[in-house]
Amino acid sequence: MTQTDNLLQVKDLKTYFFTEDGIVHAVDGVDFSVKRGEILGLVGESGCGKSVTSHSIMRLIGQPGKIIGGEIWFDGKDLVQLSERELRQIRGNRISMIFQQPTSCLNPVFQVKDQVLEVLQIHQQMDRQHGTARVHELLKMVGISDPERRAKAYPHELSGGMAQRVMIAMGLACTPELLIADEPTTALDVTIQAQILELMRNLYRNTNTAIILITHDLGVVADMCQRVAVMYAGKIVEQTDVRRLFREPKHPYTQGLIGAVPVLGVVKDRLEVIPGSVPNLIDLPRGCRFAPRCRARLERGLTICAEEEPALRPIGLDHAVRCWLYE
Amino acid sequence: MAGYILRRLLSAVPVLLGVSILVFAFIHFIPGDPAIAMLGERATPESVARVRTSLGLDKPIWEQYGIYMGKVLRGDLGTSILRRDNISQELLKRFPATVELALAALVLAILLGIPAGVFSAVKRNSWFDNGTMLLSLVGVSMPIFWLGLMMQSLFSVALGWFPTGARLTATLKFQSTTNFVGLDSLLQGNWVVFLDWLRHLTMPAIALSTIPLAIIARMTRSAMLDVLGQDYVRTAWAKGLRWSTVVLKHALRNALLPVVTVAGLQIGRLLAGAILTETIFSWPGIGRWVYESILARDYPIVQGVTLFIAALVVIVNLVVDISYAFLDPRIRLQ
Repeated sequence: MTQTDNLLQVKDLKTYFFTEDGIVHAVDGVDFSVKRGEILGLVGESGCGKSVTSHSIMRLIGQPGKIIGGEIWFDGKDLVQLSERELRQIRGNRISMIFQQPTSCLNPVFQVKDQVLEVLQIHQQMDRQHGTARVHELLKMVGISDPERRAKAYPHELSGGMAQRVMIAMGLACTPELLIADEPTTALDVTIQAQILELMRNLYRNTNTAIILITHDLGVVADMCQRVAVMYAGKIVEQTDVRRLFREPKHPYTQGLIGAVPVLGVVKDRLEVIPGSVPNLIDLPRGCRFAPRCRARLERGLTICAEEEPALRPIGLDHAVRCWLYE
Repeated sequence: MAGYILRRLLSAVPVLLGVSILVFAFIHFIPGDPAIAMLGERATPESVARVRTSLGLDKPIWEQYGIYMGKVLRGDLGTSILRRDNISQELLKRFPATVELALAALVLAILLGIPAGVFSAVKRNSWFDNGTMLLSLVGVSMPIFWLGLMMQSLFSVALGWFPTGARLTATLKFQSTTNFVGLDSLLQGNWVVFLDWLRHLTMPAIALSTIPLAIIARMTRSAMLDVLGQDYVRTAWAKGLRWSTVVLKHALRNALLPVVTVAGLQIGRLLAGAILTETIFSWPGIGRWVYESILARDYPIVQGVTLFIAALVVIVNLVVDISYAFLDPRIRLQ
C-alpha cells in the first residue's frame, strides 16, 4: 500500500486531558489510516479513547483537553497544524461527523431545514431557495418521508432515529470524502439501529465517502466494515481487515473481545469475559497496558510485558499488532 | 399560539385579584384612622363619624372592598387625602417619568450585561471573566441609595459633570404633551431639551441599573457556560461554522431563555428600586410620589400605586411568558 491510497493518516496522535486529579492519557500515541472509500471500524470498550480520537481528527477537543502531539494527515495537510480558518473549510465540508445522541445534537430552537441549510450556505454558497430544495432532496435521500413537512419540524418533534437521519443528511450535504460516525446507533432501539446501519450502507455504496465507524459492537463491525482498528487504553492494539480479525485475531485483547460475543445457536454455560477492568488513564501500568488482564502472558510466562511497552508491528500483509507474543 | 396566550392571560386574573385583596387588607390593618388623618387630632367624634360615613368606612370591610374594586375596574383609584387629587390622573401624569427611568436602566443592563456575560463565559477564568464577576458581585451588593449619594458627591458636586437631580433644568420651559419628556422633545426636534433631559437621566439610570446589570451578566454567563457544553454546540463547530456564528447564533439563542425570565423579573425590581432612586435624584415619577405619600400617611395614594405596580409586574411577567414561546419552540406545544 502506498501513501497516496490513504485518505487519512493518523500518526502518533496524543490527546491528553489536564484535570485536577492529573493528566488523563485518553489518546496516547494512536496510529491508523483510512483508505479512500473504505469503512474502517474503530472498536474498543467504553473509555478506551475512541471518541477522543475521532474528536481530535475534527479538532473538537475542548478544555481541559488538548492535542499535545502527533500528526493527522488529510489530503496532504496536517490537520493538527491547520489554522482555525483553514480547518473551517474542511469541517462539515470534506470531513463531517455524526454523533451518539442524535436528538441532543440538533439545536432545539431551529427548524431542521435551517440546520441542514446552514451547511450548504457556508460551504457551497447556496442561496435560500436552491438550498431549501436541496435540503428536501437530502432528507428524502436519508429516507425521511414527506420531507417538505418534516423539514419544518423542530428537533423535539423527531424520534431518535429520525434525528439521526437528519444528522446524516447534514453530514452528507456537501458529499464529504470522510464521514466520522461516533457510535451512531448506540442510543437507538435495536430495530432503528438496523435501519440506520442499512441506510449508511446504501449511502456508502452510492457515494465515494470513506467512513470511520466507531463502535463497541463487534456485530456492527462484522456487518459494516472492511478494516478494523482495535483500541485499548488510548492505543491501537491491532489493525487488520475484518475477515482476518474474526478468523485469526492475534492480540489477546482482541481474542477476548471476540470470545465475549455470544454466538447464536452455540450453547455455553458461561459467557467468556476478559478478567479485570480498563486501567486508570491517569496512572497507567508501566509496560503493556493490557498486561494486568492478559491470560496469554501468564500462560507463556512472559515477564517483559510488565516492564516495557510493545510497539505496533506488522506481522503479515495489512495486519499489525502490539504484543510481545509476536516479537 | 393563540390558545397559549389566552391561557396565560386567564391565569393572570386570580393573581391580580389576590394582589388587590392583599393590598386592601394591608392598608386596612395599618393603625391610624384616615378620618382623623383628614380632620386632625382635635376633631369632634361627631365630625369623625360623619367623615367615616361619607368615606364609606362604616360599612363592613368586604363591602368596602367591593366598592373599591368596582371603582378600580372603572379606572378610578379614588382621591388623595391631603391634596384631594384624582389619584388616577395624577398617576398617569407621573408614571411616564418612571417609565423613562426604568427603561433607560433596563436597556443599560441588557446592553452591557448580555455581552459581558457572553464574553465572560467564552473567556472563562480569564482576567476579564474574573473582573466582570467581581464587579457584578459588587453591583449586586451595593445599596442604591449609597451609590446614588456617592455618584452625586463625585460627579455632581466635585466634578460638576451631571446635575444632582430633577428631570429638566428648572429654567427650561417645555410643554410635554405625553409626559414623556425625552420622546416629546425628540419628536419636536427640541435638542436643547432632549440633551438636558439626557444629562439629568444619566446618573439615576446608572444607579438604578447596577443590580439588574449584575444579575443579567451573571445569569448570561452561567447560561452560556451550560449551553457551550451542549452536544448541539459541538455539532455547530463540526459543521465548520465560524466562532461568531457558533457563539452568537447557536449558543446565545438558547442561553437567552433563562436570561429573558430574569430580565423580566428585574422590571419589578426596577420599579421598586425607582422609589429610592427617584427620591435621591428628585426624579418626578411615581416612586418619589409614593415615598412622599407614605411619609404623609396618604394611604389612598399608597394603595392605588401599589396596586398599579403589582398589576404592572403581573403584566410584564405575562409578556415574558409569551415571548418565551417565541424563543423556545418546545413551549408552544405544551
